[in-house]
Amino acid sequence: MNNPELISTDYSKIVQDGLWNNNPALAQVLGLCPLLAVSGTVINAMALGVATMLVLIASNLAVSLLRQYIPNEIRIPIFVLIIAGFVTIVEHLMHAYLYNLYTVLGIFVPLIVTNCAIIGRAEGFASKNNPLPSVIDGISMGLGFTGVLVALGVMREVLAQGTLFADASIMLGDWATTITLFENYDGFLLAALPPGAFIGLGFLLALKNIIDQKMRTRKTSHIPLSTMAENPETP
Amino acid sequence: MKPGIISRSGLLLGLAGIIVIGLVTLVYHFTHDAIEESEYQALLLAINSIIPEDSHDNDIVEDTRSLSANKELGLKKDSLIYRARKQGEIFAVAFPVTAPDGYSGPINLLLAIDRQGNILGVRVVSHLETPGLGDRIESRRSDWLQLFPGKSVDNPSHEDWKVKKDGGVFDQFTGATITPRKIVKAIHKALIYAEAEPGVFFDE
Repeated sequence: MNNPELISTDYSKIVQDGLWNNNPALAQVLGLCPLLAVSGTVINAMALGVATMLVLIASNLAVSLLRQYIPNEIRIPIFVLIIAGFVTIVEHLMHAYLYNLYTVLGIFVPLIVTNCAIIGRAEGFASKNNPLPSVIDGISMGLGFTGVLVALGVMREVLAQGTLFADASIMLGDWATTITLFENYDGFLLAALPPGAFIGLGFLLALKNIIDQKMRTRKTSHIPLSTMAENPETP
Repeated sequence: MKPGIISRSGLLLGLAGIIVIGLVTLVYHFTHDAIEESEYQALLLAINSIIPEDSHDNDIVEDTRSLSANKELGLKKDSLIYRARKQGEIFAVAFPVTAPDGYSGPINLLLAIDRQGNILGVRVVSHLETPGLGDRIESRRSDWLQLFPGKSVDNPSHEDWKVKKDGGVFDQFTGATITPRKIVKAIHKALIYAEAEPGVFFDE
């Protein structure tokens, strides 16, 4: 409340930033360690994405609620404490109620704590904004991050194994089945290995830049048209 | 920074730490039983997958014998041996074996052998190996563990109880050699121990 000019309430901008313009993975290029490590299959990617999103929403909310009581000098260690606490809580809950998924994701659940995107949002957004925008920011950024993880997961799983949603039952229950796209597929190992993740991320980044460029040129090409309409004499 | 701010910040930081630890402890307390139950169910499933349910006529999960912490099996804590009986006689046992030096940490296995020392089956109970590479030791990802049933301490011979890369008979995976190597080593060590000390496993 001390800095009303900093409080953002433009929700559609927050959502657009999280999902696309300032996407944690594609624009801020943060949190790549889990992104590259766990995107081998769609289900792993989705599970880690959702776990990250939960931590992000909780930490954004906590930081936003406490922001007036946290002295500037020690805000970073306190953010780290808050995030580490939520990660541990999410880890315990997964261990208790999603045991199979927990064993699959292994070390990458506790490693959520090292995802810079989370502390980045705590420092860059939640520490300056009200709880509601902070939660919406957490949801949008979390969805944006999960979306990139899943996109990379789809690319890598299809290329590496020729399947989609392998082991879906361990996350979603027994009704979920694996979709086999190519029978007797030999597999493309590069896609499963870490370099494949880097290359895949490179393609996604390039794709985003191409789309952004297209949208920019479309916007700018509209302006001369409208000015021409107003000044018919201009060649 | 004034000294007053330093001590105030220190106190606040300590307070924050205590609050967060309190919250985590609370969650731990409430999830503890569910975690134990999940581990237990996973164990039950694992035992049934290596000693077929219809081959024995006892309640294998309840029929246990204690196994003390044991370096040969890689066990740091006391554990249990699960005994399969037919008409009262123990014909096979399942027991934990840990490969302490996996690629990212210990790999906990469950090994089943019969009285003659032949492997009935191996299961991975938990591990921290790299998703997509080392995790192919899991039976639902590949049938690599099917290399073991039927093997014993003399089959293959002592020098051949290694992965192919080290001159043995067991396949490794492309991109992951350490994980299979350590598992082969841990199982071999356990078989040698079981041959030397059958009483530990098969005594009443």
